[in-house]
Amino acid sequence: MPLTCPTASGGSRSIRNLKPLQFIVCALLVVGSLGQVNAQSDSTILFDSAMNALAPVTSLLAADHKYDNGERIDLSWIPSIDDQPVNGKITGYGVYRLTNAGNPALIADLPSGSSTFSDDNVEPGSDYSYYIVARSAYESAVSVRTAPLSPQREWLNLNRGFLFLIAALISAAVIYFVQSAKRGKKLFVRKISGLEAIDDAVGRATEMGRPVLFIPGIHDMDDVQTLAALTILGRVSRTIADYDTKIFMPVARSLVMTAARETIKASYQAAGRPDAYSDDMVSYVTDEQFGYVAAVDGLMVREKPATVFLLGSFFAESLILAETGNSVGAIQIAGTARPAQLPFFIAACDFTLIGEELFAASAYLAGEPRQLGSLKGQDVGKAVAMVVIVVGALAATLGEAWDISFMQNIYHWLSSVFSSN
Amino acid sequence: MPDLGIVLSLLVIGVGLLWLLIRSLRGQEVERRVIFVFILVAVAAPILFPVTFQEHATPVVKRLFDFIDSLPAGSVVLVSLDYDPAMAPEVQPMTNAMSRHCLTKGHKIVFMGLWATGQSILMSTLQDIILPDFPNIVEGKDFVNVGYKAGNEGVLNVIVTDFKKMFPTDVNGTPLDSTPIMADIRSCRDFDLILSIGGGRPGAKEWVLFVGDPGNVPIGVGVAAVTAPQMYPYYPQQLVGILGGVKGAAEYESELAHRYPRFAHTDQPGLRMMGPQTLAHVVIMAFIVIGNLAFFRGKKVRRT
Amino acid sequence: MRRLIPLAITFVVGTVLIVSVFTPPLENIERTFTLFFDIIAVFAFFLGGGNLLRVHISKLRRRKQDWGFSVVTIVGFLGMLMIGLFKLGGSGNIAAPVDETGSLFYIIFDAVLVPLQSTMYSLLAFFVASASYRAFRAKNREATLLLIAAFVILLGRTPFGTMVSGWIPEWLSIAQIPNLAIWIMNSPNLAGQRAILIGIGLGVISMSLRLILGIERSYLGDDNA
Repeated sequence: MPLTCPTASGGSRSIRNLKPLQFIVCALLVVGSLGQVNAQSDSTILFDSAMNALAPVTSLLAADHKYDNGERIDLSWIPSIDDQPVNGKITGYGVYRLTNAGNPALIADLPSGSSTFSDDNVEPGSDYSYYIVARSAYESAVSVRTAPLSPQREWLNLNRGFLFLIAALISAAVIYFVQSAKRGKKLFVRKISGLEAIDDAVGRATEMGRPVLFIPGIHDMDDVQTLAALTILGRVSRTIADYDTKIFMPVARSLVMTAARETIKASYQAAGRPDAYSDDMVSYVTDEQFGYVAAVDGLMVREKPATVFLLGSFFAESLILAETGNSVGAIQIAGTARPAQLPFFIAACDFTLIGEELFAASAYLAGEPRQLGSLKGQDVGKAVAMVVIVVGALAATLGEAWDISFMQNIYHWLSSVFSSN
Repeated sequence: MPDLGIVLSLLVIGVGLLWLLIRSLRGQEVERRVIFVFILVAVAAPILFPVTFQEHATPVVKRLFDFIDSLPAGSVVLVSLDYDPAMAPEVQPMTNAMSRHCLTKGHKIVFMGLWATGQSILMSTLQDIILPDFPNIVEGKDFVNVGYKAGNEGVLNVIVTDFKKMFPTDVNGTPLDSTPIMADIRSCRDFDLILSIGGGRPGAKEWVLFVGDPGNVPIGVGVAAVTAPQMYPYYPQQLVGILGGVKGAAEYESELAHRYPRFAHTDQPGLRMMGPQTLAHVVIMAFIVIGNLAFFRGKKVRRT
Repeated sequence: MRRLIPLAITFVVGTVLIVSVFTPPLENIERTFTLFFDIIAVFAFFLGGGNLLRVHISKLRRRKQDWGFSVVTIVGFLGMLMIGLFKLGGSGNIAAPVDETGSLFYIIFDAVLVPLQSTMYSLLAFFVASASYRAFRAKNREATLLLIAAFVILLGRTPFGTMVSGWIPEWLSIAQIPNLAIWIMNSPNLAGQRAILIGIGLGVISMSLRLILGIERSYLGDDNA
């Protein structure tokens, strides 16, 4: 194609036909048009740059975390439109906090894809505002700043409203039945054979001239099962004191040793035999689980107790202790609230207190109206649990199987009530 | 030769059980120590003459495996070793297998423990299993050991909202703020997965109650067989998966070897222990049958 | 007075802890009380350790039966105490972790405690066998059901379960032993565990209320009169 020169009228003419002056004017026109093209390109570049500027996050919201001590503010935002899983430009987000003092501080670096953050380092009464800086490899984009927000301290956690109601209901039932019992109302409590056998078991030891071995589990006084075991020890040691039987009580925790000594000493005093008590009845062995088991097994094999009480919190050692006790011919009464160990006790022991029976034991043995009243209150809790389970199971089944929205709503409501935290 | 050994052992056990049956039916007492000898042979024979069985991952194990497999490379996994040497034979294979899986996938691991004995076990695991299998991993970048903290549930209550408050440094004294793995971790909520391995207290249940549920963090557990039934109430909502006992460990190892053949020839203690477990189970079932036959025979004799 | 102070402390602490569940400003108080307990328990260890030494030294002095084992106990107890306190055999730094690799503490832990613990734990295998021979009898309906479930689980946890029931067609797959074992764990076992846990929870509430309100006092050495 021959080289042409643009004319002023907008057309073109071949340069072969140009006179020298016309050639110079043509050259100037060509250079000018190139500049225009470049200018066009520059503005195109600028236009594209304006189009491709890093987008900040949007809809940044700061909210006081509900039902806390005023120590947390929750942030949420919509990630930058440049934050894409494939070929996204965003490398991360910086969260900045401004306080009353005014200087912004970077409080967190978050990876791309983040859309929430909780600031746990705030205090009630101070004002905080936030902004988020979206970052790419070469640039950053700042979001709009949130309005100043002061976290509030809430005195009541209303999220746990239902938990409070249920606890209040059960506690009220316990207190009601305790008061009823104090007023003389007869309360029926079913027979628990393990507890009925305690007197006979201790009597057996007395007749055979062999000691009683009491093992209160391997946990410390902060475990309610150990406390339950010690309350039973109080009753058992009273019988032992009355019958003048020997008792051995090896323990795995020092605090349990001191508490057990107090309990047995009081029982001997109540039985009118304070001189028969000795601190050596209760001895500390070791905190280490299997070291304790080895010591107790050795004691069983040497002393051959006629009666063994295994009451409290046990783990893997439960079967070792129970089988050894069985091998020396002892009658064994066990009880634990650890479901994993119950099968071993049931298989190897003569009587087993299952779960709540361990906690009911002291009330049962005392026979005191106030304590029996607390057992009845417990039954109210069980009744509530049974009703909720039946209703919930029906709602979930019918709602799912027959797509009944009313049932589904009940199920979802029950789920939300019992999963609130 | 191994087959001959196992055949001989089975023969010995078979003859012994027959003798036991005859003796029991005759109402003659059987010494406890004889029972113990049966178990000794049943457990020792597959160890001396190794026999392994094919294992297939059950849904509770497979779900956890698939979850770890699907996490993107670079995910941060918290592994808590909550057991002592007594429980180690049962749960250590789980620790080994899951650590290998995580590191193969390029996940970062933060090791910790709620049991004091867990630290020594972790040292042995790092020395004997992890570092030899993954010689290029760098402490601080690919894994970190933050150590043991006393306090049971108290520790969990803190780390669910502020991890570095309870563990400001790793076991070497390096501040976690300057440890690359922990750069984006403020609390347990920031972990992509938490694995609790153990079977006592504190253990898997406490992790679910104090961290998984309130913090809404995925949790997988590897527990002793006796503890596994207690974990089923939490599956599948609060737990991603459960490895229960040696069988769970064997299933996980089998799945790992199947998906990543490089592990097919590594030491697989879970699969190895299935031999003794299987034979011991069979012997115990035989004891139950023999005991009941003797019981019913005795009842019949007393009636007549 | 001797009983009043512990009862008052129990009441105040118990009530505050219950209230703290519902009161955000008090939410962290449980951690504080747990720390208090841990500190008290540590001091109580001196009592326990002292008692252990007293009993065994007395046995040693009077040359009671098996007094040789008391020597082992005393030597082991004092030896590990010194090794752990003074970090003997380690890097020499008294502030180093007690179980740093190569330290005497770690060596004894690895060579003595680990095998001993494993040995004791392994006793369970033998005792399970003797218990199953002696105690698992189909005496009644419930015991029979327990036996059948035990069989299914025992088989299901081994490859024999698959071998024995592999012939069962897919449409009846629930009857295959491994699937049946999983169903037993997921359904009846789960229901039973939950029921026991609910009962235990209620039992703990009742027991705790009795303790907090001072109705139950026998753990203090009081006969609740």
